[in-house]
Amino acid sequence: MEDYILEMQNITKLFPGIIANDNINFNLKKGEIHALLGENGAGKSTLMNVLFGLYEPDGGKIYVRGNEEKINNPQDAERLGIGMVHQHFKLVEVFTALENIILGVETTNKGVLQMDKARKEVEALSQQYGLSVDLDLKIDDMQVGMQQRVEILKMLYRESDILVFDEPTAVLTPQEVDELMKIIEDLAAEGKSIIFISHKLKEIQRVGDRCTILRKGQRIATVDVADVTDEQLSEMMVGRKVMLQVEKSDPEIGDVCLKVDDLVVKAPGNSKYNKVHHVSLDVHKGEIVAVAGVENNGQSELVMAITGLLPATSGRIFINDKDITDWSIRDRNIELVSHIPADRQKHGLILDFDLSNNFILQTYFMDQYSKNGFLNYSNIRAHAEALIDRFDIRSAKGPDTIVRSMSGGNQQKAILAREMDRKHDLLIAVQPTRGLDVGAIEYIHEQLIKERDSGKAILLISLELDEVMNVSDRILVMFEGKIVANVKPDEVSERDLGLYMSGSKRGA
Amino acid sequence: MKKLLNKLLVNNAFNSILSSLIPILMGLLVGFVVMYIFNPEGAWPGFLTMLQGGLTDQARGIGQVLYYTTTYILVGLSVGFSFQNGLFNIGVIGQFTIAAYVAIIIGAKVTNLPGSVHWLVAMLGAGVAGAIWAAFPGLLKAFFNVSEIITTIMMNYISIYLVNYLVYTTHYDKSIVASAYIEKTALMPKLGLDKIFPGSSINSGLFIAIFVAIVMYIILYKTTFGYSLRSCGLNRDASQYAGINEKRNIFLVMIIAGFIAGLAGGINYQSSITKVYKISETFINEPGYSIPVALLGHSHPLGIIFSSFFIAHITVGGSLSQGYGFPVETVGIITAVIIYFSAFSLVFKNMLIKYFTRRKYRGSGSMIDAASELELELGAGVTDPDVIADTSTKL
Repeated sequence: MEDYILEMQNITKLFPGIIANDNINFNLKKGEIHALLGENGAGKSTLMNVLFGLYEPDGGKIYVRGNEEKINNPQDAERLGIGMVHQHFKLVEVFTALENIILGVETTNKGVLQMDKARKEVEALSQQYGLSVDLDLKIDDMQVGMQQRVEILKMLYRESDILVFDEPTAVLTPQEVDELMKIIEDLAAEGKSIIFISHKLKEIQRVGDRCTILRKGQRIATVDVADVTDEQLSEMMVGRKVMLQVEKSDPEIGDVCLKVDDLVVKAPGNSKYNKVHHVSLDVHKGEIVAVAGVENNGQSELVMAITGLLPATSGRIFINDKDITDWSIRDRNIELVSHIPADRQKHGLILDFDLSNNFILQTYFMDQYSKNGFLNYSNIRAHAEALIDRFDIRSAKGPDTIVRSMSGGNQQKAILAREMDRKHDLLIAVQPTRGLDVGAIEYIHEQLIKERDSGKAILLISLELDEVMNVSDRILVMFEGKIVANVKPDEVSERDLGLYMSGSKRGA
Repeated sequence: MKKLLNKLLVNNAFNSILSSLIPILMGLLVGFVVMYIFNPEGAWPGFLTMLQGGLTDQARGIGQVLYYTTTYILVGLSVGFSFQNGLFNIGVIGQFTIAAYVAIIIGAKVTNLPGSVHWLVAMLGAGVAGAIWAAFPGLLKAFFNVSEIITTIMMNYISIYLVNYLVYTTHYDKSIVASAYIEKTALMPKLGLDKIFPGSSINSGLFIAIFVAIVMYIILYKTTFGYSLRSCGLNRDASQYAGINEKRNIFLVMIIAGFIAGLAGGINYQSSITKVYKISETFINEPGYSIPVALLGHSHPLGIIFSSFFIAHITVGGSLSQGYGFPVETVGIITAVIIYFSAFSLVFKNMLIKYFTRRKYRGSGSMIDAASELELELGAGVTDPDVIADTSTKL
């Protein structure tokens, strides 16, 4: 009992219409790495928000170092030595690393900052835990990996000894992931207790001591990681057996569909910076081409130029030998291009519309759905019912379901349904499985391959190496706006891909 | 009973009506407190009078309520329509004022028209003037992304001083310090309404306003144009992604909103021979209610008809309660309080849902059952905790 540094007992949190946490027990031993595994909406974030005092639980108790504590806000949590490295860093971008680390806990003398003392302390910490950070570099000028180390130092400087990592590897290259895993192991070895939130089984297997699995707001099990296999973990997480490997046949490659020739694109807004530098690529019919790369290396600008959301500064874009560089978004949409956008809630859906209205977002004016400017609701409804049926979209009220009320996976299915159903030759899928659970990922990968086998060209943009390696027929790596590699998945190792992605290796 | 309540709570329309009624009731309550502070003895009878609106003044009172309703519907529609597209047309006052002047000038100076169409020409001219006045902010917003909030407010100031100047130089009657009278043929047809409600300013404008509301309902919810407007209003990014031409939409919405505000200005100044434009440095009163009317009516054309009627009812009732020693400003305070509370309407809605969730949970044995049952009943109820957290931080 006294081994536990943190105990959360019978935590219950209700939201209107749902129980996000149902009597959850979670215990953290001193010095262990305890993974928290669950699909989206399983209740991981809710549990952590309760721990940090962001939600008031409807039931249950929290003991820290054996004392019952009431945590009302993040400041209480910080006082108790609980710190979090957020998935999206909470750093001031124009401040230096040091300034960020001491922010809020500055040592001052008569109101004047005493940076030297803080600097010594931070330097000592970074040496102790092997966290190499240039303290005088601004966050803006850092690689993501270093930004994350700043976040970790920030927690350590606040003398936190219960550290929560919220999906920390989502933004990292494989090499950076390796480094992080080592840091986490070192931290645990030094006596810190770690909660590691993730849905990547490989990482849990690698660093986790124990693992608690949540599903639909309930605790399914707490297991010793050494005793279970990946398959068992994913089965507990999803509630059924899942295929971790995608099955596909060899591609039947057809004519060139998309051809990008010497494309230059500037960043959105009135930016002077080129985000895409003289990129040329092609995607054939019946082929899935993946663009791999660390976030923000020009992938989204490339996609925006192909779909017409951003103008091309120079260079041409062809689809089926037609020069579409100057076409409107609508013309590209209705004839040639389907697009699963990266941010499904911002770009892909109108959350306050119902499903049937979301299915006609690009096509509402076409003959099938309107007559003389009036919407044809019976056709729209029939179309929605057909798609819901065909793509197995779970919704409470069928075509009338307001999309906001649907789960992330079903929202994504809705977009997939709409984009695959529309007339198109090219499908651009940007991180189509981001934030989805294993079951939904499996489904979406199957659909992409089905789409390929029906002779469509597919451009897949992904940050997940597993996805890139598993699904694609050819991989392009993008780094700082340029294509630095063009390889086949069976001819390249994950390690090499990681090197391409971080710019330390260049290929054809 | 509880079942019935739960069922009602699920109903969206009911929810919207409830979330409008609660702020109204709270507003009235605070209004009563204000009246009590001003004049304890007269508070209760004065409050009752206000609640009865025009009824204490019989037919004339009812006629006046409907007359004000006419204007409020149109100005409310102008704002509500722009809300639906995600635009904030605060320029109704300016569009209304410019339109009023055009109606007055056509009504007074264009005398070679047959009497039967004179009023129509003046009214439509007013609408066109409002549309042109709104076109500038629309163009600036669409092509240079200049905030329509700022440009329309500035246009309001331009309009009031410009119309003051124009009235003074072109159509001024010194003896009443206002615009001179317009021709009788330019007045809105009464269609016998003046016989039913003698002594009031009610006219055929009421039917025009209701007609415009119905047309707007059809445009918004039945046409492809309305679909694209609402999608831009709800999510501009997704609409752009879908290839909807939002620039064109912004411009069209502003013109239409301006046209409707202009109709309001025309109809208002063509309502009776004694309605004249008074030169003043303050804004005209009536279009000032455009935003509260639209908010209270949830920007829905049919909701706006009812919220207009309510505000007109309270305005007329309030002016009648002056007999008990209350300044007409009291009514202003009450309306302001109602708007204040209508901003909280979503909070009330969520509180109610939460209250029923907990009741159910305590009453039944298993939590899961209660929740899933409720989820089924709520149907479209938000089930993603992240979304809930998101919404509550927005509030």
